Amino acid sequence: MQLTLEFGGGLELLCNSVKIHQVNVDTQAEGMKLLTMKHLLSWVRTNLIKERPEMFMKGDTVRPGVLVLINDCDWELSGQLETVLEEKDVVVFISTLHGG
Amino acid sequence: MDSNGVGETATHIRQEIASLQKTKAQIEDRISALQARLSSCSSEDGNEETNSSAPRHTETTFSGQLSADMIYRYSRHLLLPSFGVEAQANLLKSSVLVIGAGGLGAPALLYLAACGVGRVGIVDHDVVELNNLHRQMTIKFGQLNTWTMYNSYGFATHTAKCLLQIIHTEAYIGRSKVESAAAACRAINSSVQIVEHKEAFRTSNALEIMRKYDIVVDATDNVPSRYMINDCCVVLGKPLISGAALGLEGQLTVYNYNGGPCYRCLFPTPPPTTACQRCADSGVLGVVPGIIGCLQALEAIKVASAVGEPLSGRMLLLDALSARIRVVKIRGRSLQCEACGENATLTEQKFRDFDYEKFTQSPLSTSPLKLDLLPAEARITSKDYNDRISNGETHVLVDVRPAHHYKIISLPKSLNIPFTSLEQRLSEIPAALAREKDNKTDDASRDASLYVICRRGNDSQRAVEYLHKMGFTSAKDIIGGLESWAHDVDPQFPTY
Ligand SMILES: [Zn+2]
Repeated sequence: MQLTLEFGGGLELLCNSVKIHQVNVDTQAEGMKLLTMKHLLSWVRTNLIKERPEMFMKGDTVRPGVLVLINDCDWELSGQLETVLEEKDVVVFISTLHGG
Repeated sequence: MDSNGVGETATHIRQEIASLQKTKAQIEDRISALQARLSSCSSEDGNEETNSSAPRHTETTFSGQLSADMIYRYSRHLLLPSFGVEAQANLLKSSVLVIGAGGLGAPALLYLAACGVGRVGIVDHDVVELNNLHRQMTIKFGQLNTWTMYNSYGFATHTAKCLLQIIHTEAYIGRSKVESAAAACRAINSSVQIVEHKEAFRTSNALEIMRKYDIVVDATDNVPSRYMINDCCVVLGKPLISGAALGLEGQLTVYNYNGGPCYRCLFPTPPPTTACQRCADSGVLGVVPGIIGCLQALEAIKVASAVGEPLSGRMLLLDALSARIRVVKIRGRSLQCEACGENATLTEQKFRDFDYEKFTQSPLSTSPLKLDLLPAEARITSKDYNDRISNGETHVLVDVRPAHHYKIISLPKSLNIPFTSLEQRLSEIPAALAREKDNKTDDASRDASLYVICRRGNDSQRAVEYLHKMGFTSAKDIIGGLESWAHDVDPQFPTY
């Protein structure tokens, strides 16, 4: 499944400072029919996060202070971890900023 | 004689500037005092909403709304069909509290004052400083020029300081940021009432300060303040215009507005402290908070004038590097929210008693972290280090700052191995020590000593701790890093 993954607010530092990743998640190889956010998070953790995974995840979800947006919509509105992804979805992970 | 003449002239000019600035500050103090007296006179007249100085808003009005002066001043707003007299009148009747007069607050304040918000409050406890060695935020003034810096290292650079906080001018160095910001706002629009709150925003004074305003702008720079301001807004039912910036990114949204979510609805749990970068450490391009601050003013104006659709339930994300702005839909008010949810029990008393520093595990003030990891014998002051190298001690100085920091300024002959790559590049250290020892043929019996420096003396301690573990037991950290070098040894050494 082709997806666009974006990291911002400093999270890109965890994946070699690259903000936008065009990825292809092989759902068949992963042995699943549907790709949920829960699956995607563990895929991201394995395949994209190069350092300090605790800065990205806590338990099986994102750490506090990270917003997840699926097609420019808060994942709270689509079912969080249970959200089922579709071809060409854009998933944004953004760390909230506090500076001023 | 000639060169002396030049030196004398420059000294005289400097003295005259200093003396004029002193006089200017005294005059401004007198003006502030008189304005305060005048505004208390007006309050006695039962006219609290009028301004302290010059043209009054409530003078002769035409068509029951605006005075002649105001029609002229705000004509461009009045000509906008979607804004007009009604929106301007709403604005003139409203009040906005801006918390933080820094990178976000400064531009927000300028536009709020210029557009004719009736009363603008400014909260900040900080002073305007050109360079402050004891605080974290050292790039915090607005000098509208550039200068060339030469120092004893032959380092010459054209330094254009970040215009992070554009309203604070050099004349206000050493004075409160609130005074500086208030003076700038009054200069732009003397008909707006500017209220100065020269104090830190704390649970002890937050309710009393905020109660007097209709709208709140969060222009602070730390996590505990953001939770505290949010909760205070929820308790008092005030809409909150929240902005943040770091590096080349900015974020903006309106909380607690018209049934929309609050900050805690989005972020019920504070982030880990390691995820909270500050501009003073990670850097920020001055124009980025400038943009976000202007957008905060815009949202405050929309809420105050009841025009348009405020950015509630949505969040604006700015990525300056790729020139992209996206507005995303965020969740609505959470029924489980501890501040604004169905079963929330937040009251004024609970708010006053809540410990925000403990909740977020980070301090409200911007004082820098001071680690103390090492025993005294593994540390050395910058002065002692200077004495030793002046006596010709054979040594290697490792600078563990990131490479882009090292490029800004460094001590001569230091070796840059960033802390994050110390492990991989460890072999460079014994090599450098051996090289130094070979170079000094006169005293070949002594090993070269090893010193470690960083910006403020935290990473250097972590590095020395690691080096001790790896067998370099004589490694010493220079206490307080390059900041202490600049403070105690060489005042010409640039700090950042
Ligand atoms: Zn809430």
